[in-house]
Amino acid sequence: MVYLDNSATTVVSKKAAEKALYVMTECFGNPSSLHTLGFKAEQEIKTARRIIASALSCREGELFFTSGGTESNNTALLGAAHAHRRRGNKIIVSSYEHSSVIEAAKELETRGFEVVYVKPDKSGKISPDDVARAVDDKTILVSVMLVNNEIGAVNDVALIAAAARRKNAKVLMHCDAVQAFGRIPVHTGRLGVDLLTVSAHKIHAPKGVGALFVKKGTKISPLIFGGEQQNKMRPGTENAASIAAFGVACDEAVRNMPAAYSKIKELSNRLVSGLKEIDGVVINSTPDACPYIVNFSSMAVKSETMLHFLEERDIYISGGSACAKGNRSHVLTSLGLSNLAVDTAIRVSFSADNTESDVDTLLGGIKDALNTLQKIK
Amino acid sequence: MKEIILIKNGEIALKGLNRSTFEDAMIKNIRRRMAHLGKVDAKKAQSTVTIEPKDEFFDMDAACDIVSKVFGVSAFCRACEIEKDMETIKKTAAEYLKNQLSFAKTFKVLAKRSDKKFPLTSPEICREVGGYLLSKYHNLSVDVIDPEVSVVIEVRDKFAYIHSAQTDGAGGIPTGTGGRAMLLISGGIDSPVAGYMMAKRGLELSAIHFASPPYTSERALEKVKDLLRQMTHYTGRIKLYTVCFTKIQEQIRDRVKEEYSTLVMRRFMMRIANKIAEKNGSLALITGESLGQVASQTLPSIQCTDAVSTLPTFRPLIGMDKEEIVAISRKIETFDISVQPFEDCCTVFTPKHPKTKPNLSDFEKVESVMDIEALVNEAVETVETEFVSAF
Repeated sequence: MVYLDNSATTVVSKKAAEKALYVMTECFGNPSSLHTLGFKAEQEIKTARRIIASALSCREGELFFTSGGTESNNTALLGAAHAHRRRGNKIIVSSYEHSSVIEAAKELETRGFEVVYVKPDKSGKISPDDVARAVDDKTILVSVMLVNNEIGAVNDVALIAAAARRKNAKVLMHCDAVQAFGRIPVHTGRLGVDLLTVSAHKIHAPKGVGALFVKKGTKISPLIFGGEQQNKMRPGTENAASIAAFGVACDEAVRNMPAAYSKIKELSNRLVSGLKEIDGVVINSTPDACPYIVNFSSMAVKSETMLHFLEERDIYISGGSACAKGNRSHVLTSLGLSNLAVDTAIRVSFSADNTESDVDTLLGGIKDALNTLQKIK
Repeated sequence: MKEIILIKNGEIALKGLNRSTFEDAMIKNIRRRMAHLGKVDAKKAQSTVTIEPKDEFFDMDAACDIVSKVFGVSAFCRACEIEKDMETIKKTAAEYLKNQLSFAKTFKVLAKRSDKKFPLTSPEICREVGGYLLSKYHNLSVDVIDPEVSVVIEVRDKFAYIHSAQTDGAGGIPTGTGGRAMLLISGGIDSPVAGYMMAKRGLELSAIHFASPPYTSERALEKVKDLLRQMTHYTGRIKLYTVCFTKIQEQIRDRVKEEYSTLVMRRFMMRIANKIAEKNGSLALITGESLGQVASQTLPSIQCTDAVSTLPTFRPLIGMDKEEIVAISRKIETFDISVQPFEDCCTVFTPKHPKTKPNLSDFEKVESVMDIEALVNEAVETVETEFVSAF
């Protein structure tokens, strides 16, 4: 099997899976229970929290576990908007955010907030000047992702945050770092963010768990209500097994980061040079994009047809964000790509488990597809 | 661009012939606490220490946070290390401080030239760099009195360094240069502050905690470890001795007049702490007592507890008000941990009316109902140890 859809999700690492099994069967107590079984489960969560906080360069108390990236993004946008609604009613998001940000922003529009969608420039990045231009006294929140999930563009979030705050010092900065976390450094202090989203299943941990960083002193309202867990910011019995596995996977990712990055940089270069040799293919990712993601358009075969053709050869790639479920990508549209380019786009996303032979197999598959499949106009 | 951390040491610089011992201890502490971040190179020259990361993805924020908590550091900053060439200096200054310069209205350039052979004088460096930045950033004007951004150019022996304003360090003397002492820690607000203050004066800390299961819980012990773990950001790793105190507390409850019970308990703690301290090479005890705060911390009470101790006891909080102590505990971020509501050994079997003016001579009789030596020895023999560290 050649799995090249790691931005959609990743295989759970052996150590993370073992940890989850251990917590499920040995430390199955309710983390809030006073007895020793509860204590053990609580300790597992605490260890994971410590590891993830260290990876994000933040305090343990600034981290809240959620059910995943979508919940974290929703909490960030809706929670900040609600808590700061008296200060203003304007939210600024980039137009190529993940749907969990875009849809939360649209929901805020129905609740009377004004949302400005800032488009990426030609390089696929969000320009700090464009964001700053949109910021005014009424602006509560700016949300810009660190690494775009479809083309891998890396935004200068620190500069965007500084530019936005220059216009309005009270603006909160949120960053969806789901595609960056565990792959490139995500240091909350350096990024200058107040809120930051990460997800477990993109870094070889189970699905159903993520975290939201909320900088100390930043006020946001919870989305759900219940018990005393996580300072009432995110009540509900913690998913101890998955959280513990998240910690293990995070530890592995941080340790392997430099080695994995240089390996994937090479794989990505190999793929791009291979693609450039194929007639008609256009690379949509810029050279300075995060090497974990390569987006290109065959300009000849529909994304979905290509996907199924490759799948028959046990090669797994994606047409765009898995969360879009086949709808035309708003990210690529945002970048001003032609309809043909959008409809024939392919996203390849790597993990450290991939090899050169995976890349070569994929290139062979694409060439065969272009030779045998009906071409669209 | 090569980014490093520049560290200035304060009080250490006055240590004369011992200076390098102190500097080396400080560097060792920094290295040890940064080990988990990746490889670093630490060098000292001209009363400045430079920390240079050797890994591509080195977390400089975390490294600066670590440095800000190492005793012996008086000030530090992130800086860019470059060749001593005016072209490079100008261009790097514009690029390296981009995030600040792009949005500021005013700035100034400050040059320090310790290499007197450098062709330009300090004012000339300022003029050149200032002029260049003005031509690059049209939003800027010069304000030498109250600028938003200070661009500092240091021309030293081998390299030039560019940075903006520096941050104050933790001050004090490098931990470990003053010997070892044992902190009595219960889980309250005061003892972590006391430990922090003595580590600041160069002491290496061990800690002793008295647990009374089942009256005190696993979580109460965990709270103590959390407090120590938070303290280790400043003090470096701490060896924790956990004494099982249940039997002694139960005997005190059953045999000693209630009004004396707290002081008898504290005298036991001092005896046990003395024995364990001697074994681990600690030359002093540290407590978080503040005069008059509670019944056991009045002068007569302290006289009674001190009487059983042969080691000196440091009480750095003795003259401080609660608010002053709380302010420090918030600063070192132990406060939020301290206020978690778990029973500790001091709140188990608390008497309703403890003696506030005890007589030392009473204790011989009061304690005669207990086999002190056997109880102390048993507690010392069954003590459990572990290292606590945040790194």
